[in-house]
Amino acid sequence: MSHDLVYNILSLGVPFSVALLLASLGEMFNQRAGVFNLGCEGIMCMGAFLGFLPAFYLKTGPLAPYGIVIGFAVAAAAGVVLGLLFALVTVTFRAEQGIAGIGLQMLGWGVAGTLFRHFVGGVTGVEGLAAWAIPGLSRIPFLGGILFNHNPMVYIAFLMVPASWYLLFKTPWGLKVRAAGTEPRAADSMGINVNRVRYQALMVGGAMAGLGGAYLSLCQAKMFADDLVAGRGFIAVALVYFGRWSPLGVLGGALLFSLAQSLQLAIQVAGIKFPYEFAVMLPYVLVILVLSLARKARMRGPTHLGVPFNREMRY
Amino acid sequence: MNRFKLLYGSSIVVLAALAAALGAALVLTAIGASPVDTFVTIFTGPFKDVFGLTEILVRAVPLILVALGIAIAFRSGIINIGAEGQMLIGILAATATALALPAWPKAVLLPLVILAGAAGGAFWAAIAGTLRARLGVNEILSTVMLNYIAAQFYTFFLRGPMIDPGELETGSGTPQSMRLPEAAFLDRLVPGTRLHMGLILALVLCVCVWFLLWRTTWGFRLRAAGAEAKAARYAGINVPGSLVAAMCLSGAFAGIAGAVEVSGVHHRAIENITSGYGFAGIVVALFGALHPAGIVPAAFFFGLLLVGSDMTQRSAGVPANMILVLMGVLILCIVSAKMYLNNPYAQERAARFFARFRKPDAGEPS
Repeated sequence: MSHDLVYNILSLGVPFSVALLLASLGEMFNQRAGVFNLGCEGIMCMGAFLGFLPAFYLKTGPLAPYGIVIGFAVAAAAGVVLGLLFALVTVTFRAEQGIAGIGLQMLGWGVAGTLFRHFVGGVTGVEGLAAWAIPGLSRIPFLGGILFNHNPMVYIAFLMVPASWYLLFKTPWGLKVRAAGTEPRAADSMGINVNRVRYQALMVGGAMAGLGGAYLSLCQAKMFADDLVAGRGFIAVALVYFGRWSPLGVLGGALLFSLAQSLQLAIQVAGIKFPYEFAVMLPYVLVILVLSLARKARMRGPTHLGVPFNREMRY
Repeated sequence: MNRFKLLYGSSIVVLAALAAALGAALVLTAIGASPVDTFVTIFTGPFKDVFGLTEILVRAVPLILVALGIAIAFRSGIINIGAEGQMLIGILAATATALALPAWPKAVLLPLVILAGAAGGAFWAAIAGTLRARLGVNEILSTVMLNYIAAQFYTFFLRGPMIDPGELETGSGTPQSMRLPEAAFLDRLVPGTRLHMGLILALVLCVCVWFLLWRTTWGFRLRAAGAEAKAARYAGINVPGSLVAAMCLSGAFAGIAGAVEVSGVHHRAIENITSGYGFAGIVVALFGALHPAGIVPAAFFFGLLLVGSDMTQRSAGVPANMILVLMGVLILCIVSAKMYLNNPYAQERAARFFARFRKPDAGEPS
């Protein structure tokens, strides 16, 4: 592989990782609190569409410069609402989380698709965020272009990695979240309202999944389509397992998968003789391989992941 | 108590359906369509002619088959979200078999095609089942990923090795396989419509599944492993083995659904052939309470919904994606209600609630 090809793969891979990174950091909070949120895919779909809509309508007019910011805000708000809905179903009604997640996925997908057909119709683009080269750092040869020449959301997403580490491991709320997923009964007897903590974690996770979806439509594809999310919500859930429920691990996972994706693009662009379909398959195969190899990781995971908390129940 | 459970259970199903209708009505209002008109079209449109009626049955066939498979998996404690991918691999296997043996007599070829479909689906499901049993890989995630991988395999074969040479000549560009030999067709039940013998096969398989799960030792073991894995292990049941077996059987049903779809309806492998049956099957299985006797009416109901929503798309311009909203809300409601159904305290409260409407029997203190 030539120098240019490597550069292209890396500099494409970094912005590709943002949607996955945001969604899986949010999912990490959910799972740390003990809720397996498979509805992430549906939340991302809704985020992608509802983030796109304001930016699409505000293309012209006085609010035009803020269209994208409003889009991200709306997407995050939609994520919070869907997170609350999922919390109602899985925390209050103690529903089977895996199947409820599939339900939320269908709901998000269906609502986004139906509204899209009506309000937008066909393929229309939005402006997107312009790249903002960090002064100084972006001049570093090779690395500068890969790491420091992107749109502002990329930097924000990467800053969220240390921020969520701090939130999870250095604040009282983070302790409550981890307790809710690992020792809910002990947490309960210490006066922590386990279900309330799970509600909060699902709201945070929903907001981040919504932002991740909006990043896809506003910054990455600069348009919306029915199959825009293409399973990234599910991959985000898998990345949390792969990243052993730690922000740094999740970051590594998101980078790994986005590199697989940009490698797939590079294969096509470079015209290498390799069936296109197998290249597209690559990231999904990678997820399965990684999940199979990450077996031991489960020992450090939240022990009550997927188990609804019920005060009256012994288990 | 059982009588109340039934009453309570059915009232919850009604409530879930109402909630789903409400959710759909909200979305319909948002896009400026009349919810009442749309629902009227969905529920009465398909009954207006024979074609509409048979189309409901045509849609119900794959739904029954997929839902049976999903019910087997769920009952055995493994969640199979991968019916979509298993169907596709089943279709590939069935199509390849039919195209490879064009001269064989119908009596041999047709069963062979359907068995090939079953084998294809079982193989694809076995990957997820084995990964779960041996390596502890979450089967929901692996089956979802396998769906995406199967979709790529499917288009690869349709555009590459299995493409219809006629397509290449005319250059129409739609990737599809060659037409199957007539010996691989399932006969049509009503001439002039698409209703085929697969309906009878699906109903027969329903009885088979009921017999297998509720009347044989093997089925009991599967259900025991699903209901209480720890107890089942103490009782000497090979739990990982039964997970893999259940997953294979589940995938086999999805594969049969695919084979029946290709040999009964389309007669060739085409793009978008599964039309979301793999996901709709999950809703049908849950709506049918994971029991063959419930799955059959649920499949007819969802067949009606699918045909009706197609009609609204054509006549009223309401996107057919609408159906996903309905199904999503239904799933959320059903899984939420389950906790109440299985909670003795909630049942007792419900029993007291319903007892108020009951006339006291003679001789019973009121």
